[in-house]
Amino acid sequence: MGILEVKDVNKRFGGLQALGNVNLSVEENTCHAIIGPNGAGKSTLLNCLIGKLIPDTGSVMFDGQSVLGRTPYQICQMGISRVFQTPEIFGDLSVLENMMIPIFAKRDGAFELNALSNVFGQRDILEQAEKMLEEMNMADKRHMHAASMSRGDKRRLEIGMCLSQQPRLLLLDEPTAGMARADTNNTIDLLKQIKDERDITIAIIEHDMHVVFSLSDRITVLAQGTPLVEDTPDKIKGHPKVREAYLGETA
Amino acid sequence: MFGLDKKDFNLFLVVAAMALLAPFILNPFPTDSALAQFNAGYPDLMQRFVIFGIFAIGFNILFGLTGYLSFGHAAFLGVGSYSAVWVFKLLGMNVLPAIALSVVVAGLFALLIGFVSLRRSGIYFSILTLAFAQMSFNLAYSVLTPITNGETGLQLTLNDPRILGSSATADGSIPVTNLLPGLEIRSAYDLVIGPWSFTFNVGYYLCALFLLLAFYLSVRIFRSPFGMMLRAVKSNQQRMHYTGLNTRPYTLAAFVISGMYAGLAGGLMASMDPLAGAERMQWTASGEVVLMTILGGAGTLIGPVLGAGFIKYFENIFSKINDNVLHGWFAFMPDGLEDFIVTIIHPFIGKGWHLTLGILFMLVVIFLPGGLVEGGQRIAKMFRKKSEGTDTHVDAKHPAE
Ligand SMILES: Nc1ncnc2c1ncn2[C@@H]1O[C@H](COP(=O)(O)OP(=O)(O)OP(=O)(O)O)[C@@H](O)[C@H]1O
Ligand SMILES: [Mg+2]
Repeated sequence: MGILEVKDVNKRFGGLQALGNVNLSVEENTCHAIIGPNGAGKSTLLNCLIGKLIPDTGSVMFDGQSVLGRTPYQICQMGISRVFQTPEIFGDLSVLENMMIPIFAKRDGAFELNALSNVFGQRDILEQAEKMLEEMNMADKRHMHAASMSRGDKRRLEIGMCLSQQPRLLLLDEPTAGMARADTNNTIDLLKQIKDERDITIAIIEHDMHVVFSLSDRITVLAQGTPLVEDTPDKIKGHPKVREAYLGETA
Repeated sequence: MFGLDKKDFNLFLVVAAMALLAPFILNPFPTDSALAQFNAGYPDLMQRFVIFGIFAIGFNILFGLTGYLSFGHAAFLGVGSYSAVWVFKLLGMNVLPAIALSVVVAGLFALLIGFVSLRRSGIYFSILTLAFAQMSFNLAYSVLTPITNGETGLQLTLNDPRILGSSATADGSIPVTNLLPGLEIRSAYDLVIGPWSFTFNVGYYLCALFLLLAFYLSVRIFRSPFGMMLRAVKSNQQRMHYTGLNTRPYTLAAFVISGMYAGLAGGLMASMDPLAGAERMQWTASGEVVLMTILGGAGTLIGPVLGAGFIKYFENIFSKINDNVLHGWFAFMPDGLEDFIVTIIHPFIGKGWHLTLGILFMLVVIFLPGGLVEGGQRIAKMFRKKSEGTDTHVDAKHPAE
């Protein structure tokens, strides 16, 4: 039994079968990559895992419990964090505040009426946030308006926000898209390090094969909403069907 | 100090000084001078400045922080006023229990309306609050007449029980509101210095103290984790949900807090003058607090107070300028020119003050989207640039001043 078990998930948008009988099992403390051409249904699959979409049929189990029927915030509180394809951050807030919010959510739960203490007086939260910014190489940007940063920086911030919650399952939707090469390499290093140090399971969608092959233990290839093959990176590299369907131009 | 950092504490000191010295600040012109009509330092008007300031500060906690635009906040003010008048009728003429009850009742009412309205956001939320407020207005006006006394409005009578006081005074009139036994709300002291005259009124200072308390609490809320979450709601609700936060209780808490502020304003209004009418709940009154907040600067600490003062000043001072006054001012001109100028200015004064205010409001919204506060910041920046010759560093720790 993997920590994440997706069984026979179907999702239609009108006449479009975005997901057709998807089965996926992700082992605890591994990194599982999901690759596939544009429009294959990769983001849709992640949406079904975090309560953004509800599958038409099928089941999604996280650590033995169903996520279906739970609201997004409850699913997050179960230990699933997600980085989106287009960065979802708090644009009007400072970078430091962005980093503090998930730490508050982790410590205080879904709601806490903490109306009289000072945000920056919360030493433990502030320290954790500063440390995370340090790890993300963003400490110098802490007082910047988050919306004014580059797309790559926004994404690094979002990754940091998710990591700061110490999720058990981290879902990454093209985390390095729009990043400079150096930042991409930093991100790979950081994710590798976190994978080694902590108990964390990662599911990553990525078009950059360098990132995929440096991080993942297993790879699922999705095409037109259905898993084509699932195997280890080495096998996937040589798989004729995959080369034809997807890796043709990149491998 | 008092849980505020240096910058906020200084701002608080400025507000405190303005509120406590208002009888001087607002009466700069000698009583007999031609400019005396621009004086705003009489108790009635000063009380209104402060009461609407409280109303707008509370509204700003909802609208400025979360971005949820309520078009029905006057309902809470009205409910507060009715509650206070009922305390005066049943219990006695001390204002403190009355004010306490108005805050509580308005809070409960806001809990109910907020619970339903906050199921939607954006324009649908605004429409729901507007619908609720209009419903409340109509109920007060024509249905719940035993409680509200309908069109006439709720007033004190000689037959009220007032179990902790007396139904009538010794000379047979209706008793007046008091702060302590013997300290009437309406009592005032006139300080005459040369041609100037300044009035210090118990009611005004009571309102001013509540304003300071209201302002202080709002600063604390702005700087708290709760306040940060409210700003996060405005910025990106999706992200909040996927970060494990439930936005509904946050917005509901903000809604109830701002409803309690409105209730406090309503209770103070009734304490200054113990009557309550349905028109306090009308949509125009709800719209007014929106204008105040936007004009002053939504999401800023001091903006709502400035906006409230600005609008109330216009309403009371500009509306009193009439053609006779204008003729007086321009009397030095040749007759034809004088009449011409008075004719041109005429639509903008007296009953036309709404026109002037409307134009000013449009100018502010177009050129100063951050309201009067942004105007102040730009001026301050210009001066700082001149003196330092360097660009000023924007500290994101203080996105709202
Ligand atoms: N909310 C929606 N409503 C309607 N159609 C949708 C919706 N979300 C996705 N789709 C469609 O479903 C299909 C799969 O989309 P999805 O975003 O999952 O692809 P993807 O594999 O993530 O592609 P990319 O690599 O471009 O991000 C696409 O054809 C898309 O247009
Ligand atoms: Mg996608």
